[in-house]
Amino acid sequence: MDDLERLAAKKENLRKRDLLHRVVRAFFFEHDFLEVATPQKSRWLLPEEHIDSFAAEDGYLLPSPELHMKSLLAAGFERIFQISPRHRKGERGSRHLPEFTLLEWYRANADYRALMSDCEKLFLALQARFGDSLHYQGTRIDLAPPWQRLRVREAFRRFASWDPWLEPDPDRFEWDFAEKVIPALAGSRPVFLVDFPELAASLARLKVDEAGTAERFELYVGGLELANGFSELTDPVEQRRRFERANRRRASLGKGPIEMPRPFLDRLSRMPPSAGVALGMDRLSMLFTNSSHIEEVVAFGPDE
Amino acid sequence: MYEAGDLKKGLKIEIDGEPYILTDFEFVKPGKGQALYKCRLKNLITGVQFDRTYRSGDRFTPANLDEQQMEFLYKEGDTYCFMNTSTYEQVFMDADRVGDAKNFLTNNLVVTVTLFQGKPMAVSLPIFVELKVIKADPGVKGDTATGATKPVTLETGYVIQVPLFIEEGETLRIDTRTGQYVSRVK
Repeated sequence: MDDLERLAAKKENLRKRDLLHRVVRAFFFEHDFLEVATPQKSRWLLPEEHIDSFAAEDGYLLPSPELHMKSLLAAGFERIFQISPRHRKGERGSRHLPEFTLLEWYRANADYRALMSDCEKLFLALQARFGDSLHYQGTRIDLAPPWQRLRVREAFRRFASWDPWLEPDPDRFEWDFAEKVIPALAGSRPVFLVDFPELAASLARLKVDEAGTAERFELYVGGLELANGFSELTDPVEQRRRFERANRRRASLGKGPIEMPRPFLDRLSRMPPSAGVALGMDRLSMLFTNSSHIEEVVAFGPDE
Repeated sequence: MYEAGDLKKGLKIEIDGEPYILTDFEFVKPGKGQALYKCRLKNLITGVQFDRTYRSGDRFTPANLDEQQMEFLYKEGDTYCFMNTSTYEQVFMDADRVGDAKNFLTNNLVVTVTLFQGKPMAVSLPIFVELKVIKADPGVKGDTATGATKPVTLETGYVIQVPLFIEEGETLRIDTRTGQYVSRVK
């Protein structure tokens, strides 16, 4: 096959992908969200241990719209969403692209439970347009809500046989999360992993009634990690501590520090209690086109 | 040195002093965690495969492998001698390293020898070789049932199953991947 034949062969997947985008937009308009566009490039980044950004002249290509969308919440916007291309350095595999498309939505005066409920409703809307029977890599996926909320602590006890709350080891946590927990989630029903240990929460609010536990969730459908959301941390002092911790861990991995995003921290104190979530549109397209490789759902991969 | 980000299918690396090739590779990075690199590795000497997961920060030594066209010269006891066809440099391998290839080696056959850190590690044969039958019992007359075979001995001492019509002195074409008879060579 030559280049153009390869492109032509993606027509059906790209048509379905376009339909997904339309349904997603219609869903958020229907639920009274405002679609926003925020910068691709900025001189400020949110310091995270495992996210690296491409330098672009006097700034960076942003790995997510989080920084700016939260600023909008602080300014009084209540329900906002955005679908935009984002960039992360070094991420390339069957489920990763260094340039990918991210859907993010935020609700003021809500917590992570509202976002999980949004996810269930969004998938019902998608299913209504795509037909009842969804198959992913040989497994029939049953999207009927409610979906299981599996606590991370329970998942670790069950699949990794240890408790990250009793032994807070970030390295071991990440390793077993990838090697033992995620592989156990590839069933026929979507699963929300909920309530992460504090060590795995860079921007999420901690629960008041449960020590060391962040109100964060991840959504897995057919074994695909689709979304990551949380109740937002709005305390600038605590947020600064988390950013400093991220930079210390970066240093231990031999990575350079990320400059403290002072304007973001200044705005944070004026942000209402809120919740936000990011969902990978490429992964969503993989699910609905039954594609095993992410490059099957984009017209051009990084080498093309 | 390679970094974890350099890992990809086909890359050759050294582990515990032995050369390996990545036969399968997958990048995973779940839940805002660190990037992990899931690899399937094959030992280039023994062929043994295993799975191992690496993380960013891991470093790898490239396997210093070299493939050279060499002619098989002679065998003395358990030692096989090969000669580089362009430099005329000679290398020696023992029978264990030569492995099953010894069943198909005839004088002046050109093979590919894999060298690791300058030492010969493995012999790859051409897919087809031609070998002479030095001993064959006559086929039983009248027995023409399809698939009927008999054993014959080739010039290397290798015994192979062939159709009944094959006679002593004939040259046969052998598939070295399966070690099986392909056809007669006229």
